Amino acid sequence: MKSAEEIFSLLKEKYNDGVMELVKQPVDPYITCDPLLINHISLFLMTHEELLFDNLMNLSGVDDANGKSAPVNGVNTIEGGTLSVYYHLESTKFRHKIVLRVSAPRENPEVESVTLVWHSADWHEREAFDLLGIQFLNHPDLRRILMPEDWEGGYPLRKDYANPEFYRGMKVPY
Amino acid sequence: MGILDKQFDDNIIIAKVDDLFNWARLSSLWQVGFGLACCAIEMMATSASHYDFDRFGVIPRPSPRQADIIIISGTVTFKMATRIKRLYEQMPDPKYVISMGSCSNCGGPYWEHGYHVLKGIDRVIPVDVYVPGCPPRPEALLEGLLKLQEKVRNESMVKKSA
Repeated sequence: MKSAEEIFSLLKEKYNDGVMELVKQPVDPYITCDPLLINHISLFLMTHEELLFDNLMNLSGVDDANGKSAPVNGVNTIEGGTLSVYYHLESTKFRHKIVLRVSAPRENPEVESVTLVWHSADWHEREAFDLLGIQFLNHPDLRRILMPEDWEGGYPLRKDYANPEFYRGMKVPY
Repeated sequence: MGILDKQFDDNIIIAKVDDLFNWARLSSLWQVGFGLACCAIEMMATSASHYDFDRFGVIPRPSPRQADIIIISGTVTFKMATRIKRLYEQMPDPKYVISMGSCSNCGGPYWEHGYHVLKGIDRVIPVDVYVPGCPPRPEALLEGLLKLQEKVRNESMVKKSA
């Protein structure tokens, strides 16, 4: 069983550029990583014999809403800032856990897919794509998963999301 | 009705066609076997032995073509709304709709931030009875059914009741 500091130093040794910092906090300390290297980092974490993170417990997208917000035509919009993806990992052999975080610019949120490392990431990534518009590169089947396939109202979990007026002739707002 | 008194054996019953038809209809309102969310659990409880929907002639049918009512029991998403519309259109006339619970009445707790929820099934199909509650207890659904029976009882072949 390894502590977050030990896991971080192992990662830092291997990926000096791709791993940024360890954010310490009482519950779930997390490591920030490069979104375009996350697939390599994930593979390392899963295969390293002292780490063996074989279980992706959760993968979630977050709108950090840390850009500039400005009302355009009465609708609040956010410019700049980042969208993030969090990976909650566990090793079923060593029982240690770690959280990874990657942040990508809001205007072009591209993150490498980790489906080749953990197959269970498939639908989680589709959900993050569906609701936040995060583009997972090299994902085998990046389609909407919850919203209707012909939905054109945007990404509902973004903080500057505004309801469309109609969907297929049905009024959307209350 | 006197049926149990064996009065049918050598007698004739005279009734208005309206009344006879209405009585037959309201006593056998077959529902589409269709549930959506937590309201569907209450609906199933209403069908089960304790509340016994069957004593009012309500039995679930697996096909909309053999059904008289559809109980919209739960949250209606936009995706599901298109399917419900199709189910409703497949039902033969006369057909009735009970909207069960806050979600299908008006969007319920999703009224403001539910980006995927239709704010009331009456935006898609006409509703005869609204049953409030979140979810409504079986008694409330039974009350809604009695209201619907009242409505059917006052129908006429010549003019449609309100």
